[in-house]
Amino acid sequence: MTAVVRTNASLIWFVLCGLTVVSWALGVDHGLGEGHHLPASLAIFAVAIFKVRLVGLYFMELKTAPRVLRGIFEGYCVGLLGLLIAMFVFA
Amino acid sequence: MTDVIGVPRSAGGADRNTSEPSPRHVPGEPGIWVLLFGDMMVFTVLFTVYLHQRGARPGLFAESQGALNRTLGATNTLVLLTSSILVVFATRALRRPELRYLARPLTLGGAAVGSCFVAIKAFEYHEKVAAGITPSTNEFFMYYFVLTGLHLAHVIIGLIVLTVLSTLAGKPEPTSTHMAFFEGGACFWHMVDLLWIVIFPLIFLVR
Repeated sequence: MTAVVRTNASLIWFVLCGLTVVSWALGVDHGLGEGHHLPASLAIFAVAIFKVRLVGLYFMELKTAPRVLRGIFEGYCVGLLGLLIAMFVFA
Repeated sequence: MTDVIGVPRSAGGADRNTSEPSPRHVPGEPGIWVLLFGDMMVFTVLFTVYLHQRGARPGLFAESQGALNRTLGATNTLVLLTSSILVVFATRALRRPELRYLARPLTLGGAAVGSCFVAIKAFEYHEKVAAGITPSTNEFFMYYFVLTGLHLAHVIIGLIVLTVLSTLAGKPEPTSTHMAFFEGGACFWHMVDLLWIVIFPLIFLVR
């Protein structure tokens, strides 16, 4: 069982859980005061896309996938972050 | 290509008898990635539409968001992450003949933890309906029910996929086709996790 659990993905799972708690704390009470939701929200989006990337690279094993497949995924992450932030700020 | 996993293959074939995939290995059948990226694009369009509508009525969306239970949303994220890592472990176990006996219980464990998402979501929906909140309450809740409902449908499909994968995981000598099917199904489940990682902050947190 140790051989199955001893993998980078286990470490990534801890990071993902930690980031989830950070995002939740930022969303509930970001500590920046009323009227300062924008920086907290942008940080939450950035953390979310970072988490998406970690899931793709380590859980879906795209880190060792052919460059084209990995490139499409990396492009999706960058595009999604840009789109979310642009729509959130300018829509 | 129906050679048994664990038996060395001839030149040109990927060696899957290791704990880690070979360099430049496509997880699952290549075709599954068309489905996965297609699904991700559909959700991306929905995210864009949601943010566009939010931009038109930011006050209504922020006020309505206050009625959501953020703790349940975060709990569901942890549930899906835990389910996903169990499926990662199952995939690793399936690749190694001496650990293959762990693949089925780990896959079923992933499905059991994943089913907690459905139970929590059912409780959350019940909470809303009991408070008189439905999709017709306002625009925010229409998008809340559509986005989370569509994702919930993916979770249920994913749980069915995991159940099918558990039977594959129980095979003593899976073929490379079985392995590719298992990897593809596992990637679908991880995509369900990935989508929730965006939906949770989008609907529940940012304002």
